[in-house]
Amino acid sequence: MHELSIAMNIVDIADEETKKANAKKVFEIELEIGTMSGVVLEALEFALQEAVRDSVLENAKIKITEIQAKAKCLNCLHVFKIEDLYSPCPNCNEFKTEIISGKELRVKSLKVE
Amino acid sequence: MCETCGCGESNSFSIRKPGETIENNSNHTHTHTHSHLHDDSEHAHSHSHAHTHDYNHEHQHHHEDSDHAHHHHDYQHKHSHGTEIKVETDILHKNNLIAERNRGFFEAKNIFALNLVSSPGSGKTSLIEKSIKDLSKDVNFYIIEGDQQTMNDANRIEAAGAPVVQINTGNGCHLDADMINKAVKKLEVENNSLLIIENVGNLICPSLFDLGESKRIVIISVTEGEDKPIKYPTMFQSSNICIINKTDLLPYVDFDINKVKEYAHQVNHHLEFFELSVKTGEGMDKWYEWLKLQVS
Ligand SMILES: Nc1nc2c(ncn2[C@@H]2O[C@H](COP(=O)(O)OP(=O)(O)OP(=O)(O)O)[C@@H](O)[C@H]2O)c(=O)[nH]1
Ligand SMILES: [Mg+2]
Ligand SMILES: [Zn+2]
Ligand SMILES: [Zn+2]
Ligand SMILES: [Zn+2]
Ligand SMILES: [Zn+2]
Ligand SMILES: [Zn+2]
Ligand SMILES: [Zn+2]
Repeated sequence: MHELSIAMNIVDIADEETKKANAKKVFEIELEIGTMSGVVLEALEFALQEAVRDSVLENAKIKITEIQAKAKCLNCLHVFKIEDLYSPCPNCNEFKTEIISGKELRVKSLKVE
Repeated sequence: MCETCGCGESNSFSIRKPGETIENNSNHTHTHTHSHLHDDSEHAHSHSHAHTHDYNHEHQHHHEDSDHAHHHHDYQHKHSHGTEIKVETDILHKNNLIAERNRGFFEAKNIFALNLVSSPGSGKTSLIEKSIKDLSKDVNFYIIEGDQQTMNDANRIEAAGAPVVQINTGNGCHLDADMINKAVKKLEVENNSLLIIENVGNLICPSLFDLGESKRIVIISVTEGEDKPIKYPTMFQSSNICIINKTDLLPYVDFDINKVKEYAHQVNHHLEFFELSVKTGEGMDKWYEWLKLQVS
């Protein structure tokens, strides 16, 4: 259950940022999670319910933006959406590809008061 | 679940040398801080401000009227109850920062650090034991063992003849950079040595946690399915080297080595392979050659 570690890290970041801003609590947090980040959204949401207890995020609305993973073919330079890490380029069938997005695990913004 | 404060995380891990008992059972090493700010709990409005100013309305600018204040146009309208903070921070930035510190420390001391990851039982400890026995003349070994429970693996390494500390992660299913930072201090790793970190047997989350290693090695044994690389692609993608172990069992199992390499290469075209049997020693010479080259 690494989603719990991820959730605890989110709470830590929110806590720090809220302190820096001299605010008391967060009413909205926006996260960006890539579809190939290795984090299962449902599991993260579940873990967050647990992790936010008694923290600045306790009553915060959690907005999660999923970022569609994309890869670039190193042969024909075609850029395409990926649903897994092992499929070839749909244009030329080359397996040598590089992921260009979809690995994100990011706290984007907080709305505090 | 943490018994001490009831938070969802059991961050309490222990680091021990063989024979050592846990000094203080309550080494409750939380990195997170709780701010119990329940003073303004009744403050629960829903932030749907409708500032419907009529921007097109006309002003009659009678300029003799000096106190002409567009007070109804409160453009500095300070949202006392809402500030947006652009954070743009990687959720794992803390781990990544400590990992980079570890990496700098290893580089400065010329320590070559390996992070061994695999499913449980693929032969990580066996590979380390045998490598120590066969190479201890040429290589300064230091080992960090990661398991949820028990000192078993550390005891095996000690018997094989290398300095070792055991990290027990409790409920945790992976090692993180902070644990390694502390374990390395306890181990007192010398310059010009090889540090092998055996991660918790788990092909999922260790892939997300950089430890500061020089190379990450994923081990798969021939008794596992050959589709492991595409079932757990994140692990294979984040590794530099793939060791295929237990080749002595190939005659007895349905395992196509070429197929597994093909799958692994689809996920990560940079992977280098070693095929070996820790049990019979077959293929170990190439592995040793590579190891010696890294620490020379
Ligand atoms: N036949 C055969 N068995 C092996 C080989 N290498 C390891 N084993 C056996 O595989 C079993 C597991 O080996 P370990 O070295 O404990 O595996 P591990 O990856 O450290 O396991 P965990 O720490 O529990 O994740 C043991 O019974 C070993 O004897 C090999 O090359 N061939
Ligand atoms: Mg082991
Ligand atoms: Zn292509
Ligand atoms: Zn706790
Ligand atoms: Zn706690
Ligand atoms: Zn408001
Ligand atoms: Zn984990
Ligand atoms: Zn490449």
